[in-house]
Amino acid sequence: MSAAREEILRRIRDALADVPRDEAPDDVDVPREYEVHDPEATVARFVERLRDYGTVVHEVGADAVSHAVGDACRGRGVARVVVPADLPEAWRPDEVEAVVDQGLDAAQLDDVGAAVTAAALAIAETGTIVLDCGPGQGRRLLSLVPDVHVCIVRAEQVVGGVPAAIRLISAGVRESGRPVTFVSGPSATSDIELSRVEGVHGPRRFDVVLVHA
Amino acid sequence: MTTGFPAAAQQALQDTQLRRNLGNATRTIREKRARAVAERPDWEALRAAGSAIKRRVLRHLDEYLLQFEAAVGAAGGTVHWARDAAEAGAVVAAIVRETGAREAVKVKSLTTDEIRLNESLAAAGIDVVETDLAELICQLAGEEPSHILVPAIHKNRVEIRDLFRRAFGRSDLSDDPNELADAARAHLREKFLRARVAISGANFAVAETGSVCVVESEGNGRFCTTLPDTLVTVVGIEKLVPTPEDLEVFLQLLPRSSTGERMNPYTTLWTGVTPGDGPQSFHVVLLDNGRTDVLGDEVGRPTLACIRCSACLNVCPVYARTGGHAYGSVYPGPIGAILTPQLRGVEEASTLPYASSLCGACYEVCPVMIDIPRVLVHLRARVVESGASARSERAAMRALAWTFGDDRRYRRAQKMGRLAGRPFAHDGLIARLPGLGAWTGTRDLRAVRRQTFREWWERR
Repeated sequence: MSAAREEILRRIRDALADVPRDEAPDDVDVPREYEVHDPEATVARFVERLRDYGTVVHEVGADAVSHAVGDACRGRGVARVVVPADLPEAWRPDEVEAVVDQGLDAAQLDDVGAAVTAAALAIAETGTIVLDCGPGQGRRLLSLVPDVHVCIVRAEQVVGGVPAAIRLISAGVRESGRPVTFVSGPSATSDIELSRVEGVHGPRRFDVVLVHA
Repeated sequence: MTTGFPAAAQQALQDTQLRRNLGNATRTIREKRARAVAERPDWEALRAAGSAIKRRVLRHLDEYLLQFEAAVGAAGGTVHWARDAAEAGAVVAAIVRETGAREAVKVKSLTTDEIRLNESLAAAGIDVVETDLAELICQLAGEEPSHILVPAIHKNRVEIRDLFRRAFGRSDLSDDPNELADAARAHLREKFLRARVAISGANFAVAETGSVCVVESEGNGRFCTTLPDTLVTVVGIEKLVPTPEDLEVFLQLLPRSSTGERMNPYTTLWTGVTPGDGPQSFHVVLLDNGRTDVLGDEVGRPTLACIRCSACLNVCPVYARTGGHAYGSVYPGPIGAILTPQLRGVEEASTLPYASSLCGACYEVCPVMIDIPRVLVHLRARVVESGASARSERAAMRALAWTFGDDRRYRRAQKMGRLAGRPFAHDGLIARLPGLGAWTGTRDLRAVRRQTFREWWERR
């Protein structure tokens, strides 16, 4: 297929005959006058945005996480959850069976009621949780297959807008190619007459436990 | 285009159900978008940045593609190149066959629709399962998608219920969207769990890191890019952005412009192969299929900046009445009217640049500031130059040029027009002119005045 490669590159160079030979990509100016640090971006805004998506937010102190996670699971009628191996003991749900992920396959994950994970960071302006497979977050499949996702976010992980979040995760993408997932509310579709329906494929219920220091 | 836009539009306009579905849908999204955009005080700055980033990429596309290819390779993926639809189909079929799989799950992708990938794979004995709810509806109905974002916008819930009852053998289904979505979930979950190969498109591809980004709502994108062993992603060569940081602009522009949300439910960004997480075999197919022709036209080039948000469809008075199918392409609406003729050649889609009133609403909402009306006018000129315009129109324009070119000929023509028009004028209006039905069929002409300005001036 290298003939295709050479030909496409040649076509591109022919097509760009009007671009001066000595022009470098950075010579094309990109004005960046948009907001990078959203002044409105507060934890309160984050909670408000999450609730707009219909996400249940449990706000707790650092010593009550386990119980709040347990409550979230019980609130969704879940008796068995899967957790990443490195999720802190204090963040596992109380009085709910927790299966530690040691490479479960999709069918096994489909059999548990919920996944409980940490997050890499969160975006106030858009009510978004960012996962980058870092500590306490597990594999991508973990937070995808079970019908409920309970995500634990520390208040200090909440950043302002999208630019602040992208700049933080870019380092990990650059250095180790970590997969990144942005989650903003539950899975949804508006494909039928634009009526919003929650949960076509991803978790139909998405709850957040917000931990205040 | 065998019939052309006017013929197809004429037919679509007869379908009152379609017009009602479309009217409701486009109005709803239009209003949502307006609210989401009004929330961002820096919206115009974001548009300017988005437009400039795309301009930078397009002017140095060869360098960025080579950088992307190297980065994907370094991250454990493989890059393939395809000059056209047939080549892309063959490349994907070969990759799938190599795995031994006969079935692939697929996440909604316009690029793969453009190259009719499902058909090429079917011909190679590979079944493709569409996993996006709307695409599944279209696939089961054997119909083409009609909207970039809401492909089944032309179908209402009763039509969808009847379709699902037949397809899933579930006569108990009601027309409640929740229940219909549930039925699709159950049907597709089983497909996902046994899928070994997935096919996706990409919203953005990052040159520096070789990362690929898919923006979606339902979670089928996450499934396709995470669950199977092998992932094949078809990427138009124009989808590149230079760095991961550039996504901070597009991940704000795209959701607000397309669904009118602050953020879409799921965005997935992955880089090559991650050991122990996701597909362990990853292929990117870089597709030209006419894009380099668009690139070579300096006026048309910005068309390649399009991020497929579909905001221009929802504000277009023409689209809202004819729907997507009339455009005869997977790219409908204003963006389709400029993209399709450039991808296929103006001779192949010569009526599309005229499928617009040039009102400019599309330009106003475009998140990357593509001046669609300017490109439309430019393409109309190209249609005329190519000789693909109507013969009668060319003859009329030649006659007009001859008449306007000389003062005496012009005066004589005015007098003749006054006389010739008289039998057809009623109450100062001409509603029909023999031989010019194409013009007068949709417009009334004012009868020629008894006195011209020049005559009045001379007698003053």
